[in-house]
Amino acid sequence: MMHGRPWFRITALALGYTFLYLPILLLVAFSFNKSRLVTVWGGFSTHWYGALFRNQQILDAAWLSIRVGALSATLAVALGTLAGMALTRFGPFKGRTMLSGMVAAPLVMPEVITGLSMLLLFVTMEQVIGWPQGRGMTTIVIAHVTFTMAFVAVIVQSRLTQMDESLEEAALDLGARPAKVFFVITLPIILPALISGWLLAFTLSLDDLVITSFVAGPGSSTLPMVVFSKVRLGVSPDINALATIMISIVAVGVVIAGFWMSRQQKARDRDAQMALAANQDLIESLKKG
Amino acid sequence: MSDARPVVLMGNVPPPARPRSLPGRWLKRLQPRGTSLVTSVPYLWLLLFFLLPFIIVLKISFSDTRIAMPPYQPLFSWGADQVLQIKLYLSNFAFLVQDNLYWQSYLTSITVAGISTLFCLLIGYPMAYAIARSNPATRNILLLLVILPFWTSFLLRVYAWIGLLKNNGFINQALMGLGLIDQPIQMLQTDFAVYVGIVYSYLPFMILPLYANLEKMDLTLLEAAADLGSRPRQAFMKITLPLSLPGIVAGCLLVFIPAVGEFVIPSLLGDPGMLMIGKVLWTEFFNNRDWPVASAVAIALLLFLVIPIMFYQRTQESGSGGGHR
Repeated sequence: MMHGRPWFRITALALGYTFLYLPILLLVAFSFNKSRLVTVWGGFSTHWYGALFRNQQILDAAWLSIRVGALSATLAVALGTLAGMALTRFGPFKGRTMLSGMVAAPLVMPEVITGLSMLLLFVTMEQVIGWPQGRGMTTIVIAHVTFTMAFVAVIVQSRLTQMDESLEEAALDLGARPAKVFFVITLPIILPALISGWLLAFTLSLDDLVITSFVAGPGSSTLPMVVFSKVRLGVSPDINALATIMISIVAVGVVIAGFWMSRQQKARDRDAQMALAANQDLIESLKKG
Repeated sequence: MSDARPVVLMGNVPPPARPRSLPGRWLKRLQPRGTSLVTSVPYLWLLLFFLLPFIIVLKISFSDTRIAMPPYQPLFSWGADQVLQIKLYLSNFAFLVQDNLYWQSYLTSITVAGISTLFCLLIGYPMAYAIARSNPATRNILLLLVILPFWTSFLLRVYAWIGLLKNNGFINQALMGLGLIDQPIQMLQTDFAVYVGIVYSYLPFMILPLYANLEKMDLTLLEAAADLGSRPRQAFMKITLPLSLPGIVAGCLLVFIPAVGEFVIPSLLGDPGMLMIGKVLWTEFFNNRDWPVASAVAIALLLFLVIPIMFYQRTQESGSGGGHR
């Protein structure tokens, strides 16, 4: 069927990708616009980039967002990996359905609900146990960890199910303790998934507006909150400049990471193949002997 | 890294309870202390920060408003003679039922989300099909191009549409330049803009599970159909489409559920008067500072979404995001 009607496939793809990319390309193009009117071309200029880097409010918000993102991504990877391990390697255990439900639900839960419920939790906790005092970076990080760890768990889960368990079994048979098996065998093999998970959690955290608006206190405005309040009043060219910078970082990052990971993956698959082949040889020789 | 998002969205995690080779669950050897430690940390975290909050929302939705911080009455209190008093105010829910505004916003949200989901499917299916049927080298690049926008800010991608849809925006200028229209068409702050925004933002969520499904499909079935004299169109309707149903369901749920509660898109692109439930909840909370009513709105929305969410979890568990072999 690969061959039936290529024109149909090409049209579908051309239209689809135009729809996906035209807005982004225009956004980038108009960031170099001299005119204040975002949509009327007034000549090439990098003026808005300068304006962006002189805007202290945006710089502060960006720095807060980066710190929140890095911290919550790290915690989310730790917790998400544990959840992923529990769901793939422990077989059926008491409360498994509950755990898998709680891992999957945040992926689709509307953000207004998550945001509201997290805030009400923090308010209640402060009343009852006096912590967290007020709202700010701590509450934002907790909220971000909670909704991003679900994504990490799903990625780790899928990597673990693809992975050949006999490598872990072999290590156990050779006398390694389970914790050592995890750090020496499992962890290096699922490392690409952990890196993807970290980057995804970081991106989601950096991007979140709704949940953050609920759990942020006064004086802790993250980048999306500042952008939203600016954008609400209409288009502004320095936001185009900001968008262009973020898109460039992402594009470069994705390309580099893609290359690196496919190379790592190939090397790792080769190692695994060789280990399995060696195993097979051993079995064969034992049979003969 | 390119494998991150599709994995998330394809829902192709096979159930681990599937009988493996006997020593398969090697970590069982850790039991009981090791496993329970590994399990309990994420478990407790989610119980505390994901499940407990919903119980609190439920509780506050039955409270009465007061002017204080926090702006609601406690549900339980100790009366004068050490009697535990429990006051359940059903007025918040009664308010939701009586006031037309809420009905309308639920209805609008569901309609908007439903129609957007349909358009996502109509645009996404041919794309997913075309990607799945292209040769492997191109396929990875095409897939990467679907995922790439995901890694850029959602907020900024919605913002990009303001520049396109404005009265003096790109689309109107292009149409006027071509002489197709004399007057700019009002597109921003209309329902149309909200549909465009939702379809644009959620399209990859539709394509990825569909792709995962179509890519796994056994193409020999189509060859067999062709050998038996079936025409391509007929074969598509009778084989490809029914087999891709799990992918369609997964994609539609991934678009529909979050779209119902969408806040950013209607507030940036839509008419200020457009009532979508995410916006109503936001307004009740931030502008009216009515926490109990906001909670009641959230509970009602959750009650409505609980069926599709559970359905989505079922499809995740059974791994039916992927195709049948």
